[in-house]
Amino acid sequence: MRQAILIFNKEFRDYFASPIAYIVIAIFLAVIGWLFFSTFFLFDQADMRGFFGLLPIFFALVVPIVTMRLFSEELNVGSYELLLTLPVTFRDIIVGKYLAAVAFVAALLVPTLAYPIFISFLGDLDWGVVAGGYVGALLLGSAYAAIGLFASSLTRNQIIACIVAIVICIPLAIFDQMLYFFPQSILDVFSYLSANAHFSNIAKGIIDSRDLVYFLSIAFIGLYATHLVMEEK
Amino acid sequence: MIHVEGLTKYYDDFCAVDHIDLDIKGGEIVGLLGPNGAGKTTTLRMLTGYFQPSMGDIRVKEFSIHQDSLAIKRLIGYLPESAPLYKGMIVYDYLNHVASIRGLENGAKQRRLAELADMCGLREIMHKTIETLSKGLKQRVGLAHAMMSDPEILVLDEPTSGLDPNQIVEIREIIRRIGEHKTVILSTHILSEAEATCDRIIIINRGKIVADGSTQDLTAQQGREKQIQIGLLSASAEAVTAQIGAVPGIMRVEPMASQEDNLLRVNVICDAQTDARADLYAAIKATDWILVEMSRETQTLETIFRELTREN
Repeated sequence: MRQAILIFNKEFRDYFASPIAYIVIAIFLAVIGWLFFSTFFLFDQADMRGFFGLLPIFFALVVPIVTMRLFSEELNVGSYELLLTLPVTFRDIIVGKYLAAVAFVAALLVPTLAYPIFISFLGDLDWGVVAGGYVGALLLGSAYAAIGLFASSLTRNQIIACIVAIVICIPLAIFDQMLYFFPQSILDVFSYLSANAHFSNIAKGIIDSRDLVYFLSIAFIGLYATHLVMEEK
Repeated sequence: MIHVEGLTKYYDDFCAVDHIDLDIKGGEIVGLLGPNGAGKTTTLRMLTGYFQPSMGDIRVKEFSIHQDSLAIKRLIGYLPESAPLYKGMIVYDYLNHVASIRGLENGAKQRRLAELADMCGLREIMHKTIETLSKGLKQRVGLAHAMMSDPEILVLDEPTSGLDPNQIVEIREIIRRIGEHKTVILSTHILSEAEATCDRIIIINRGKIVADGSTQDLTAQQGREKQIQIGLLSASAEAVTAQIGAVPGIMRVEPMASQEDNLLRVNVICDAQTDARADLYAAIKATDWILVEMSRETQTLETIFRELTREN
């Protein structure tokens, strides 16, 4: 565990050592802020539903950018060899890197806390729902991060890692809006697979164990698949 | 210290390392020699736990690579070829990170970092980003990485490849200093390097060990002939060939090209058992040639290497 924390420290600091982190945060905030507030005043309601509604698709694009370098960069530079010959287990490496990505997603969300604070001056904001939304956002980010980590472990090319992760995450984000394309018989399966549906439940303030199990199992599957890839290499 | 048994590695169908058996004692400096693609790096990678062997076992002290690879990783410091360090990190941060992972506590860590900075000459570059360093400096940071925990076994993959002659000498100097107390295993395809730094040389070809021993052992085992080079003034090639060829123990006489006008250089090949130098001198003394050079060359590692690893 100690080793995992050390790897976490290194990876998390690495994010902020390069300008990419700041660029990602800035673009994320600028675009999501603009999209959210451009319609916010039309609804004339003091809630964050518009913001949280954007997150599944936004995270599906942003989280892969955050996670793409975790393994790909090491594989490309060759430092993976150094890392694996240090006295650390696969689990230490995966947990350390994964938590660093999740922490970065959290750091991405922190500045958006300004939105509810701002909105609370405009009207009567239900803080319970907002808190639920942020818990959901973190769970959503964690699930995507595990997928991104897995994609990153597959290739030494960061761009490919990013695209693979996006290709897996986007369908999860949009399944429930495309359900009418699917035959009736498999509708339930796909609606359960939709990250958007589970996220919007939590974002309404309803914390249901089914939704928690969904996000945690996606994260677990992603991390376990990463472990298998590492063993295979 | 290290016991390797039937070590084999397949990449799909290609057998990179083929049933290697090896025993390395504590305190040896072992040079792993071989042409490119002979299986040196693969062997080292299995030894350091980066690759899983397809077959066979590696035991370091009482630990087996299959059950206790973590314990083995603690005992081994490893520098892969061309030191693939984290490019964006500052040297100090990087070494600090490695020290933490190696389990050094705060006080011990600072002491060790200072020691390594002196030993590897890193004082001036501690605050620099790794990607801005020259190859030689990077290699030194890599050495510091490998030696961080003061490991009992140091594994270095082509530690001097791509360095300039001054840097090569520096790195060799460091390796020799470490080798006084530690077991060092290094791979190289530079023969003079192996000769200069290693107590024991293992030549690998196509995944198999083809020779194993000290430089002297190898030359003695493999040497069937010796060469003596002589340089003569005012002599003709034909006369020399006739006169010297008659000396007992001489197998062949080969005139060589010479840059100087008057000087005739010949390569005299004699069998390894007899020392023909005295007879040779007597034969020359009997003529009016002037002997200006005479040097004996036993069979070098280079010729042995070429013989053993020749493609046929």
